[in-house]
This record gives sequence, C-alpha cells and structure tokens, in this order.
Amino acid sequence: MRDTQRNQQPKMPRTVLMLATMAVALTVTACSHAMMMIHGTGAKRPSASEFGLGPRASAGGRYVATLEPAEPLRPRQMQTIRVTVRDAEGRAIDEAQISIDGGMPQHGHGLPTRPRVTRNLGDGIYEIEGVRFNMGGWWEFTLAIAGSRGADTVTFNLDL
Amino acid sequence: MTNRNFCAAVILLLAMIATVTASGRGGWTSAQLEELRSMSLAELESLPRDPTNRVADDPRAADLGRRLFFDVRLSSNGRVACSTCHQADRGFQDGIALANGVGTTTRRTMPIAGMARSPFLFWDGRKDSLWAQALGPLESPVEHDGTRAQYAHVVADSYAREYEEIFGQLPDLSGVAHSAGPVADRDAAAAWSALSSAQREDVTRVFVNIGKAIAAYERRVEFGASRFDKYVAALTSGQPDPNVLTDDELAGLRLFIGRANCTQCHNGPLFTSNEFHNTGVPPRPELALDHGRLTGATAVLSDEFNCRSRWSDARERCSELEFIVTGEHTLDRAYKVPSLRNVAERAPYMDAGQFATLAEVLDHYNRAPAAATGHSELRPLELKPAELHQLEAFLRTLSGPVAVREPAPARRTR
Repeated sequence: MRDTQRNQQPKMPRTVLMLATMAVALTVTACSHAMMMIHGTGAKRPSASEFGLGPRASAGGRYVATLEPAEPLRPRQMQTIRVTVRDAEGRAIDEAQISIDGGMPQHGHGLPTRPRVTRNLGDGIYEIEGVRFNMGGWWEFTLAIAGSRGADTVTFNLDL
Repeated sequence: MTNRNFCAAVILLLAMIATVTASGRGGWTSAQLEELRSMSLAELESLPRDPTNRVADDPRAADLGRRLFFDVRLSSNGRVACSTCHQADRGFQDGIALANGVGTTTRRTMPIAGMARSPFLFWDGRKDSLWAQALGPLESPVEHDGTRAQYAHVVADSYAREYEEIFGQLPDLSGVAHSAGPVADRDAAAAWSALSSAQREDVTRVFVNIGKAIAAYERRVEFGASRFDKYVAALTSGQPDPNVLTDDELAGLRLFIGRANCTQCHNGPLFTSNEFHNTGVPPRPELALDHGRLTGATAVLSDEFNCRSRWSDARERCSELEFIVTGEHTLDRAYKVPSLRNVAERAPYMDAGQFATLAEVLDHYNRAPAAATGHSELRPLELKPAELHQLEAFLRTLSGPVAVREPAPARRTR
C-alpha cells in the first residue's frame, strides 16, 4: 500500500501540469473560439460534417457525386473508387468527362499517382483506378466533371 | 459572470476526465495513440504476393536465391556478390557512402528488409520489382560487371539441378560465349550481337530466373521488433510501460509525429510512404548531377524487365506503371523515402551518403536549404538543439534485428 503510494507520488506534478495545460487549451477553444493554426501550410481542417464519401454537391451546384471505394480507404495502398454522378434533381449523368486531382492542403502536396476513370459503367457510375493516399490524415479528393449540365468540380474531404 | 463560471466548471470537469483517460494511454490523445499504433510493426500486413514472379514464395527458389546472393562467381573479377554491398551481418548494407563493387558506384547501398513491399526499387525507383532490381547491378560495370551469358553458364555449371527443379530444363548453352550481354564492354556486346535471337532469349530467360530466385530470398529479409514497437505494444494493451522509452526518446517521438513533420513521409509500420521527394539534399560535387525520380520514372516505363515486359508473370496487372507520375517538376532530384527502421545502424545517409551522422541529417531538415535543382519540399522546422537531440534519441529506438524469415517447415505425413 505504502509502496504503491510512493510510486505514484512523482507522477503528481505531471498530472497537475497536464490538467492545467488541458484546461488552458479547452478554454481557448471552447470559450474564446480562438483559431488554432495547425503546423504546415496553415490550411484549416474543415468541420467533421464536411468529411465523407458523399453524396456531395459540386461547387456550382450542377452535380451531386458519391464515392464508393472498392475496399475501405487506407494509406499506402493502390485503390479503386466508383463515383456516381447525378444532377441536382437526381438524374444519372452519363458520358461525363471526369478528371481527378487531390492532395493534402496542410502539407501542400498532391496525389502520388495519376488516377483516372478507366470504365464508364453506365447509370452515372464511373470507375476510378490508380488512387493512392501516401499517408494518413486529411486529404482532398477533387473531381472535375464535364457533363451535360456543364463543367463543375466537387471536392471531397477524406480522413485516412 | 455566471456564464463564465459555468464554462470554467465544465472545462475543469472535461480536463479532469481527459487527464484520467490520457493517463491510461501514457499521456497520448486517442488520435496520437492511433497514429503510434499505425507505425507499429504489429500493424504490418502480411507480405503481398508478387504476381510478376511466380516463384516469389517458392522455398526452393528462396534457397537457390540465397546461394546466388552470396556467390562471387557472379562477377567479372570473381570477388563481388550481392552480399558484397548487402552484408547480412550489417542489416544487408555496407556502411559506406558510395557502394564499392568492381568499381565505385554513385549511390548509397539500400537495405533489403521491407523492400518487397515497395512498388518501386532503387533511390530513383527505376525498377518495379525485386527481381528486376536484382538484375541491374549484375550488368553494371561498377557493380558485378559481368554478363548474362556468364551468369547463365554459372547456373548451368553449378546449380543445374536446383534450377531445373524450379524453372524447368536449362537451355543448351554450348554455342554461347562465356561472356556476352547487352553491356558497355565492347567484346561482350559484340559476342551478344553474334548470338542468334533464340540464344539471346535462352540466356535472358536464365538471367531473369536468377533475378526471380534472388528476389524469393530477399523477400524473406524482414525487420524485427524495436523498443518503439515494445512501447506501443504495452501502450495499446492498456498497460503503458514507463520503462521502455526514456523521457528524451518520448519527447522525440512527440516531435516526430508532431512539429517535426516526419510522418508526412515516414509513416506506417515501415516508416516510409515509399514515395519520392526532393528534400534539398545537396548533390556530391564530384558526381554528375542526377535528377532522381525524374529520370527514374521514365526509365522504369521502358525497362527491359518491368511488370509489362515479356519476362513478367503478370503483364496485365501493372497498376503502378499505369498510374505512374512522370515528367513533373516535383520529381526533379526527388529520391525514395527510406524506411527509418534500423536507421541508427545505417550511417551514412541519403542517396549518395551525403550526411555522415543522424545529427547532420536532422540539422539539414531543421534548416531546410534550397535544392540544387528542382524544388525542396522542406520548410525550416525551427527546432532547438535539445529538440533535435530528442528526435535523434527517438530514431535510435527504431533499431531491431534484421532476420531472414525461414520457410514454413514442410508438413510431414506419418
């Protein structure tokens, strides 16, 4: 019993320090709403609701795209992703030209490969091959869509 | 006023909960804990198949490959084997800046452990499989300096039984000159031209199979657990062991996954993304300026032995070549991100051994000087000397054994 207490004693100051640090950190974020800049480029990670595979509207509102990875997305693996493209009214967009871009805004680098649409499966579904995310974290995955409703881009925020 | 007091009380409560939770995780947040787990060797997925090499996981091929790996007859002067630079007792590297074969190369020897998981091989990624990689040095005038005909003769003279068990019948080499191949040496090149196309094909097939056997052996070279892995194992089991890493090492680890930005490239269980980056490492003044991945990416697409070549056992599945990035400015003087496992056992560092110590490497990353050509992706880290020391201390926790995995013992029937 006494031994246990003695062993725990040196940890106390560290715990107090940690408590104080966390209290300060929480005060800053929760009460004063200060922007916390993240290292790197300073790009700020979007809120959780901005993340995910969609459905997601394009910037100009012409299309709604949804991603469906063949396997769960994970870092350092070559992946295949299907994308479904519809217009704002939910009609499938066939015969669209789609180019793919992406990168990590906080690190300032793009995708390590050159993915592209390899198959048009019909019903607004396209297969994208050759996607690789070379580390975990926040990635942007952008599709430039040129289809019957015009040209527009949709950017997904993905958390690897 | 009341509002502020309430806020403070909530914060205090949250902080207390967070502290109690974090203490069971060694003071890491759950996101950090997840990141640490992702870098642990326990997270390494089982070795992916190599469809381009149908004998990649054949234990007989691994055994033949091991013998070829150490065989100095596979050289022009009878003194150079793969093991000359990839020394098994030094983690399969040689500890010198520029590798010495028959002559002196322009590159630092890369270690072999973990390479079977890399889509591209060499510092510039000019090869796309272990077997294609193994063939490069055999015909390089400064490495093994021999010819593919010479190597085919060595196999026919000394390994015929083992070879034929794996690859089928050896070709008739009676009319093939001892030294012949598409190499820089004029006599050998002339002898190669004098062969019939059928003879050239026969010789090249044996040569390719030498590479595939060596690759089957090299695939078994793996990293073992380090102190870092031991630390993460204890941490993820919910019973952090404070005695595995020192305070300096832990502070270094915090920097590694935090302000020092190391995990941008050195991530996953092997501490590498296997990609290519220009980090502004100065070229050696005595060597011709080379452009790293910029030329490597083009070279692999036209490589005689790449995934799409007639010598590959899976020519239709070459997604690494199909979606490769070429011709971009970012590739100029970009080099492969090496694994950081056992990095402390592997001085000197970088593609041509430019830095003698880990301290020099860290100083470079901290200062982030401009690149000689191309554009360095680094930004100054502004770390203090004590922090650089902590990072170095952490890097030293990544050392562990390098072992050759034994083939699964054959099942005996009673």
